[in-house]
Amino acid sequence: MTVEEINVVRPLGLGETSGRRGDEARSVVGGRTGLFTTADLSVYYGSFRAVRNVDLSITEHEITAFIGPSGCGKTTVLRCFNRMNDLIDSARVEGIVAYHGVNLYDPDVNPVEVRRRIGMVFQKPNPFPKSIYDNVAYGPRLSGIKKRNDLDDIVERALRGAALWDEVKDRLKASGLGLSGGQQQRLCIARAVAVEPEVILMDEPCSALDPIATARIEDLMQEMKQRYTIIIVTHNMQQAARVSDRTAFFTTEINEESDRRTGVLVEFDRTETMFSSPTDERTEQYVTGRFG
Amino acid sequence: MSSLTPANPLVLTIGDLQGNLRRLRKERFMHVLLFGSAALSIGISILIVFTLFREAWVFLSGLIEQSGLGALIDGGARPGWYPRDGRFDLPTIVLGTIIVSGISVVVAAPLGLGAAIYLSEYAKPRTRSWLKPILEVLAGVPSVVFGFFALRVLGPDLIQPLFGTRTPTSLLVTGVAIGILVTPLMASISEDALGAVPRALREASFGIGARRSTTVVKVVLPAAVSGIVAALIVSVSRAIGETMVAALASGALGQAPRTVNPTDTGLTMTAAMAQLAQGSDQVVGDTLAFQSLFFVGAVLFLMTLALNLVADRIVERVRNQY
Amino acid sequence: MALTLNAQRSSAEAVRASLTGGKRDVRGMLFMAALLACLLLAMLTLIVLLWDVVAQAIPVFDKRGTSFLTGELGSNPDKVGVSQGIWGSLMIALFVVVIAFPVGIAAGVYLQEYAKPTKLTRFIQLNIRNLAGVPSVVYGILGLIVFVQGLEWVTGGRSVIAAGITLALLVLPIIIITTAESVRAVPAGIREAGMGVGATRWETTRDHVLPYAAPGVLTGTMLATARALGEAAPLLLIGAITGRLASAPGQSIVERMQGKFTAMPIVIYGWSNEVNKPGKKTGLTFEDLNAAAIVVLLAVVLLLNALAIVMRNRFEKGRQG
Ligand SMILES: Nc1ncnc2c1ncn2[C@@H]1O[C@H](COP(=O)(O)OP(=O)(O)OP(=O)(O)O)[C@@H](O)[C@H]1O
Ligand SMILES: [Mg+2]
Repeated sequence: MTVEEINVVRPLGLGETSGRRGDEARSVVGGRTGLFTTADLSVYYGSFRAVRNVDLSITEHEITAFIGPSGCGKTTVLRCFNRMNDLIDSARVEGIVAYHGVNLYDPDVNPVEVRRRIGMVFQKPNPFPKSIYDNVAYGPRLSGIKKRNDLDDIVERALRGAALWDEVKDRLKASGLGLSGGQQQRLCIARAVAVEPEVILMDEPCSALDPIATARIEDLMQEMKQRYTIIIVTHNMQQAARVSDRTAFFTTEINEESDRRTGVLVEFDRTETMFSSPTDERTEQYVTGRFG
Repeated sequence: MSSLTPANPLVLTIGDLQGNLRRLRKERFMHVLLFGSAALSIGISILIVFTLFREAWVFLSGLIEQSGLGALIDGGARPGWYPRDGRFDLPTIVLGTIIVSGISVVVAAPLGLGAAIYLSEYAKPRTRSWLKPILEVLAGVPSVVFGFFALRVLGPDLIQPLFGTRTPTSLLVTGVAIGILVTPLMASISEDALGAVPRALREASFGIGARRSTTVVKVVLPAAVSGIVAALIVSVSRAIGETMVAALASGALGQAPRTVNPTDTGLTMTAAMAQLAQGSDQVVGDTLAFQSLFFVGAVLFLMTLALNLVADRIVERVRNQY
Repeated sequence: MALTLNAQRSSAEAVRASLTGGKRDVRGMLFMAALLACLLLAMLTLIVLLWDVVAQAIPVFDKRGTSFLTGELGSNPDKVGVSQGIWGSLMIALFVVVIAFPVGIAAGVYLQEYAKPTKLTRFIQLNIRNLAGVPSVVYGILGLIVFVQGLEWVTGGRSVIAAGITLALLVLPIIIITTAESVRAVPAGIREAGMGVGATRWETTRDHVLPYAAPGVLTGTMLATARALGEAAPLLLIGAITGRLASAPGQSIVERMQGKFTAMPIVIYGWSNEVNKPGKKTGLTFEDLNAAAIVVLLAVVLLLNALAIVMRNRFEKGRQG
């Protein structure tokens, strides 16, 4: 698949998506549904344009990796997928991020609901300063699940899903902060899956972990992809090659007017292709380590 | 449970992404409520400004009717603040305030700055960890207690014998007492300013072999100078507005001749206000004498506001600097 | 000057001298001694004065016992007591808790968690900082005009209600500023975690941000309460009673709250102006009684302050480590 193919999605307009199913907006990539499609997505921090004109299509039940040099806007783009950028006062998004054909930036869309459906795992493990149980049960409780039994089930399922259950089942009441870094990160994954999202966004989830903890999370991701669609930002090229089905390579280009760097999407394709025979010279330089 | 079951991915509409309406409404309600609380502060300010200036205007127009604005500066042979006689000599109480706050700065500036430098540059962390809290707790001593100290101890036992003042109460006593009162404030803000000086600056100075005292005087203090100036201004502002000490220890009761001698008894603006308010049972609400309270209050408000705004500007600038 | 001298000196002796701790640095030592003296002078003066007051107060508690705490304002030093002052001060604290705590915390949360950096927000922030610097006596004018005169039908005029509302407004900026500061110190990760699992802003604030910031917020509220308990100037303007205050038995609580009142700092102010004739029975003067009243007030105010400061320091240390 080439960049040109993705651009087919472009005709998606704002008016088209609001208030209806928007089948037109869904692109068909390799015979599967494009879960997310972005069209002409640009993100600004104040007057600074951090990334521009990103056109992407994310496939369901796959792992998509975002790679690229530091500051090229990987995190910024990722945070558009669950409207986490709304939390930054200066951030402004232009263009379209369609999810099942619905534009997430439509004024009628409630970002809280978006985040419920599209979970996130952060670079630094950030469990709540509460018990392991309460960490996982927090999301379901918000959605109105009060019954102890139901919650117990959900917590167990989520912790199992995050491959953490066996390690913590005897100390669910202990503080989440008492876990090791790798365990904390899996707790955060459990917390994210407890609300049964469809998508999990991961921003360098292993960058604060040792190789063994990293390997566990990578294995976990392979299991999780049966149920979830995963987008992962990583600085580790091997990791992208190991875990992902598709890879998007971003880089920065220097603006002529100001000398600030704006991020652009260079190439997006199947991971094997990206690492073996990329189309763009810049991708090749990056994946072979001659760049960035 | 239903909200947790993933929707059929093939049929998602905007309606599905609107979230739980009850929670949405609660969020909006809380937003409005919290904003209202913050905006209330503007309401308070408007109320303060409005009441002060309306009542001050009532006084001024009454004064114009009665004796003309000239009465605000007594031209007589022995000018003074005699509100009951319709003599409102503003210079008397303004001078009183300037003398008192001047003395208090003379006391508080060296003591507060010295204490701040010691705490920030010399004290070991252990020492500092108990000295600073004591200083902060002492900053909480209510001003009326300082008034009592000034009246019963500081005046008769210290200032009077030391300076040979005629009376145990005087502007000097008030100034010294307020000086002690604002010292912890001066120390605290100055210490913040000193703490904001980057370590690297000190280390650079030590690195070329400078002594600690040299480093403090030649490097740290100059770098912190604007913060220290802000501390001074805030202290002055606080001293100007301090009421209870002045009401108890300045010696004059509701009226005083104009004086520039700190060892005299006298009146500050705040003392004049407190004593006017106290006498208000006799001087029923509407008389010009009582109304002068509001006028003095308005002048006081403007003076402290100007000082606070200047200090605020400086503090903001310092904050952005490092 | 010392700087250049130091740099130029290069003989082995000079190096040794400076390595052995600068024993020759007499000026430096003097400088440090002077600084220490400043600190001690600032603290010791107060401590000695406080000690003096306590010493003077002991005979009062000795001779009067609890009758000092239950007695009322009057002119006989053998009989007077501070019960009405304590009642008034408690009522004021109640108003602070009921009005200033929720409004102040809400405003602080708004400014830190909700407000976008607009001109209006900056204006509100500047306005609050300036309100914190308005002399307390000016708040007294606000109380007199708005709550004593304007809202007389609610407050009953020169009452503890008017005083309570006024002091609640007076300490509001303190609570707002400390709340905003402690909320600012909450790590961004906690917020992102909450919002990331689909909590609303308010749910995140209520469940994660506020609990995390609680010690700091509590510190602010305690400092504010202590401040309100010690304020006298606004109460003078509102018309707290200094001389004689007879209680009317059979009053309802509302009637009492709308009636004449006094408070501890006003009792102290009033007794400071009394003539110092010893009482016939106890031999206690108003000055002695005043020392005892000050001890009562300081016990509460300083305890609140000390608790607040210890708690804040714990909080800061815990968060750094
Ligand atoms: N909150 C913010 N305010 C202003 N600028 C920001 C903000 N967050 C990111 N930026 C800028 O946007 C650009 C992209 O940042 P982003 O964090 O998305 O990069 P990244 O690719 O995730 O980098 P890294 O690999 O280092 O995590 C950078 O130039 C960064 O400085
Ligand atoms: Mg990043």
